[in-house]
Order: sequence, then structure tokens, then C-alpha cells
Amino acid sequence: MIAFLLRRLMWFFVTAWIVVTVSFFLMRQVPGGPFSGERNLSPEIEANINAKYHLDWPAWKQYLHYVGPMNLDDKGVFGGDGSKPFGGVLTGDLGPSYKLRDFTVNDVIGQSLPISMLLGLVALMWALALGLTAGMVSALRPRTGLDFAVRLAATAGIALPNFVIAAFLIILFVFLIPLFPVAGWGTMKHMLLPGLALGAPRAAYIARLTRTGMLEVLSQDYIRTAVAKGLPNRLVLLRHALKGGLLPVVSYLGPMTAWILTGSLVIEKIFRIPGTGSHFVNAALNRDYTLAMGVTILFTVLVYGMNTLVDLAYTFLDPRIKLEES
Amino acid sequence: MAGQRRTWDLGLQDAERLLQEAAGYKGESLWQDAWRRLKQDRGALWSLIFLAIFASISLLAPLLPLPSPIALDLQAEPQPPVLAFGDAGFDYEFETDDDYRLAYWELSWLDKRMVDARKAIFGDWQTGRWFGTDSKGRDLLSRIVWGSRTSILVSLAATLCSLLIGVTYGAFSGLMGGRIDNLMMRLVDIFYAIPFIFVVIFILTILSTDRSDLESEALVDKEKVFFLVIGAIYWLTMARVVRGQVLSPKNSEFIEAARALGASTPRILFVHVVPNVLSIVIVYLTLTIPAIMLFEAFLSFLGLGIEPPKVSWGLLAVDGTDAINPIKTFWWLVVFPAAAMGSTLLALNFLGDGLRDALDPKLRGK
Repeated sequence: MIAFLLRRLMWFFVTAWIVVTVSFFLMRQVPGGPFSGERNLSPEIEANINAKYHLDWPAWKQYLHYVGPMNLDDKGVFGGDGSKPFGGVLTGDLGPSYKLRDFTVNDVIGQSLPISMLLGLVALMWALALGLTAGMVSALRPRTGLDFAVRLAATAGIALPNFVIAAFLIILFVFLIPLFPVAGWGTMKHMLLPGLALGAPRAAYIARLTRTGMLEVLSQDYIRTAVAKGLPNRLVLLRHALKGGLLPVVSYLGPMTAWILTGSLVIEKIFRIPGTGSHFVNAALNRDYTLAMGVTILFTVLVYGMNTLVDLAYTFLDPRIKLEES
Repeated sequence: MAGQRRTWDLGLQDAERLLQEAAGYKGESLWQDAWRRLKQDRGALWSLIFLAIFASISLLAPLLPLPSPIALDLQAEPQPPVLAFGDAGFDYEFETDDDYRLAYWELSWLDKRMVDARKAIFGDWQTGRWFGTDSKGRDLLSRIVWGSRTSILVSLAATLCSLLIGVTYGAFSGLMGGRIDNLMMRLVDIFYAIPFIFVVIFILTILSTDRSDLESEALVDKEKVFFLVIGAIYWLTMARVVRGQVLSPKNSEFIEAARALGASTPRILFVHVVPNVLSIVIVYLTLTIPAIMLFEAFLSFLGLGIEPPKVSWGLLAVDGTDAINPIKTFWWLVVFPAAAMGSTLLALNFLGDGLRDALDPKLRGK
């Protein structure tokens, strides 16, 4: 297990390094810096701004400074007068934001990530609650009208973009039946609707996975044995079938985290939620490269960590699976 | 003992009889079998028919008597659907290239000829506002039909792109095996962990800032980059799937035989391995196209997708969600694009599921 985690950690660093390097040099490829779009900057001021953000350095030096761990500020590597000896991504410092003056990328993420996490959690709960229920119901009554309805709804949920689902939800639960506020953030009421819109496509997917998994498990010999020895149906389901039937769902949790993060870009924008996703969109559109890169790195870390957790969880749920040694 | 032995001794007559018997059997190829089973699956069959109709409408869009998809009719607000049969409002004359640009945008040569044919057949007549108009007074039906062309084109092109990369990569990796295979698959694992959507948004924003430079220098327009970039994300799963499929027949006799006959690696790859992998690839394709359509919608939502005056379903869906307000619900702006997109994706999903069942070797002959 330790060896597995260490190996994962190594590959994680390789992955993160590729992401950082590729996006860093892509960013440098753009003619005109992030500030050249601003109107009427006199050359002196522009030079000053460029100097402040080290845009006047050669690319390799900017890169080393950005990645760290050494802080290559003007005052020398181990700079005397109060400047930090260490910095850069490796020390967890994602640099200053280019557009949100006086904010570092860490500040922005620190403020917005809890909001996005909470939204993601609500979405995850919606997705699991709706998806598991629908999937089990349709697996227990296969080839009935109920099963068909669930499958149709699940396919439709996958087949619509989540902002369209959000639009329908807003029309339904905000305008026609005024239950929820249309946008904003703060109370539980603000979270339910965006959470549902974010979780709905995932719920549809989970329902399909649960149905397939359950149907397969229910036809296994050990279930027949459990039924034959006189175990009540409820216990057969909860103790034997559910564990095996949920395996596909567990393995989906990793990619799902990634999907929820992605979906949050759109949902946060529609519902005007000040989360990391909306910051990323604004940053990307406004050429705030450090912020956009910081969020990309952060999400890489999150997705990677989640996938590793899922692989670990797998071994607990299915004793037949061993962590691969390669 | 002697009697038993005689049954093994085939006379010439017996052999001929056996040959005749064998000629009586009709073999069924994988595709015939799959087609027969697909026809039994009602949902998949109707999806196929529906998609075929939709695709032809979309392909023949310039020939249909639809109003111009970009002609503005500035009014205070979107007009609801009306059941008027049609009117003679299509008063464009098409002589120079600019004339086409007035009613549409840059059209291909074939599209222009179709527009000419439409003008010749229907004259000025155009359909009524059956689906209503959008907030700028443009006909929604026409926009949905024309938008379908963009959406289908984008998803097909990007899917083909991912197909090409994924199949080559996966097949090569599986066929080489050993260390190379290990390394190549590890690379795919690394790419998997990258939240590509963020990288894509990043790339597209960078591209959109200096598009004109790119276009003049490298003859790359944003749309082509768009296909490439999307295709470049979606090849990962394809590569994995194909590699898995290649590994199983890799050690089988017919590959060995080909190798013994001295066939080169590329020949084995494309003549023997790829056809085997084809069935799973087709299934995967029907499931990738919807994913890419959704991705296009997602990018359009962020303002990074297809650019006006062209339309796509993603843009229409975005227009619909933008028009939501508490005072008046312009339901047609949300419902019709969503219905067009949803039903197409639903049909593709159904077809994909049906194909998966039909091509599943475990269910063969049933």
C-alpha cells in the first residue's frame, strides 16, 4: 500500500510538472503580455508593471521563478532584505493575480474554493441520492414501466447540457413555483437548486451504472445462495447485493469529481456563485494567466487525489482486487 | 473395433456429400448478425431512422424554404410561434458572393448551388415563424436547422480526429507490447489526470485573443483548432479501449500466421488488427459524438465556441438561457433548441446502447 501511494505520488509530480510547464510556455507564446490590452498605458508605466511581475525576464528565469522552490527575486537567490528565500508553485505559492490587483492567486482560491467545495458536495449528494434510488428501483423491477421511465429520464439527463437543465429548473422552481431564490450564495436555499442542476447529469449516469451493476450482481450464485438459505430480501439486498452493485459507482466517483468541477464553471456562472469556477472563467477571458494557471493546477491536484482515493476504496469494497504493482 | 474404424474412412462419395452439405450452410458475418439483431431492437432502430432523417434535413438545409437564419427583424421582444403557412418574404437575389453573405455567411460552393436551386424552386416563398423568433427577430426554426449543420460538423470532425489519434495510438501500443506499451499507456494515464477542459479553455482563450495573426500566418482558423483540440482530448479513452481490444487477438493464431508469412507491422496493424477492433470503435463513436456536442455547447456557453453569425445548437441553447427572466417567459427559446439537441443526443445514446448489444460477441447468434 505504501509502495502504491509512493508510486502514485511520483506520477503525480510528473503530471503536475507537465501541466505547469505546458501551460506556462503556452502562456508565454501569446504576443503581447497580459497588460498590453489596457488602454493608454505610457511605455514607462507598462515597463514598470512588467518589471513588477517579472515579465521583463527571459522566459527560463520566469519559469524557474514561477515553479520554485527558489525565489529568484531581484535581490538575489537568498536575498538579504526581507525577501523570501523560497517561493513558487512547489512551495504552494501560485503568485500574484494579474488582474485582481492586491490579490494573490492563493487569496482568490482560499476565498472561493470553500464555496465551490460546498456546492460540489451538495451536487454529489443530489447525484448519489437520486441516482442510487432510481438505479436500484429500476434494477429491482426490470422491464416494467417504472424501469423504462427511469431509464428514459436518465438518458435525457445525460443528453442535455447542464445549463439547459439549470434553465428548466429556474423556470420551474423559481418563476412558476417560487420556492428558491434565483441566484446568489449564502443560505441552504441558495445551494439546493444549483446543486441539483450540477448533480442531475451525474445522477443520471449513476442511475445507469447502479442499474447495470445491480442487475449483474443479482444474477450471481452467491445471491441465490443467500436467498436459498432463507435470508429476508431486505438483508440480501443491503448486505450482499448493494456492496457488489455499487462497485461501478465507486469507480465513477473519481471522474465525477472532475465533472462536477467542470460543470461548476457553468453552474456558478448561471447562479452567480462566487466560486473557483467562475473565477477561472473570468480569469481565462481576461487573460489573468496566473490565476487561470493556478486554478488548473489546483484542479489537477484535486482530480488526481480523488482518483487515488477511489483506487484505495476499491480494494476495501472488492476483496478480489489488489492494487496493481506496476 | 473394425466397424468403428470404418466410419472414419471417408470414401470419395462421402466427401462429396459432406461438401454439398457444407455448401448448404449460409455463413453469417459479424456485421450481418449485428444488423439482424439491431433490427430487433426497436429503440435503436427508431433512433437510427430518426437520426437519418435529421441528418438529411441538416444536409439539405440550403434547399429548404426556410427564412434566412441571420436576417434581423428588430422588435421589442421575441415573437411566439405562429401557425402561419408561410409568406413571400425571402426577397434575396443571389448574384455575387456578397449576396449569399447577406442571407447566410460564408457558404461552400455546394451550399451556394443548393441555395440557387431553392430560389429556383420556391422563389420568394418561405415558411412561417413556426418556432417563433429569437430576441433579435431571427427565425428560430431556420436557426435550429442551420445550427444542426454546425453542431453535426463539429462533432463529426472532432470525433474523427479523436478516432484517428486514439486508434493508431492504442493499436500501436497494444501491438508493440512490453516496455513500449507500458510507457505509452503510462502517458495516457498521465493525460487522464489532467483536467483537460481547463487546458482547452486556456488554449482557446489564448487563440481567440490573436486570431487574426494566426489566420493570416498559419492558415489555421479557430474552427479547425477547435476540432483538433477537442479531438485531442477525446482520444484518450479511445486509445485505452482499442489497446484492450488489440491485446486479446494479438496472441491469437491469425496474427501469428500473418507474422510467419512475413507481414510487416503496419500491415498486420491495419489489415488484421483494426477490423477486429472496429466493432467496439463504432459503439464508442456513437457515444463520443454526444459528448462532443455537449462540449461544444459548454464552450459556447463560455463564449469560446462557434462565433456569430454562424449558429450552433450550443449557441442557441445559450441564447435560450440568456432570455430567461422573471417577467415574461420566452419558453420557445429554451424548449425548441433543447428539444432538438436532447432528442438527437438521446437517439445517439439509444443507438450506441443498441449497437453495443448487437455487436457483443457474447450475445451472438441469439
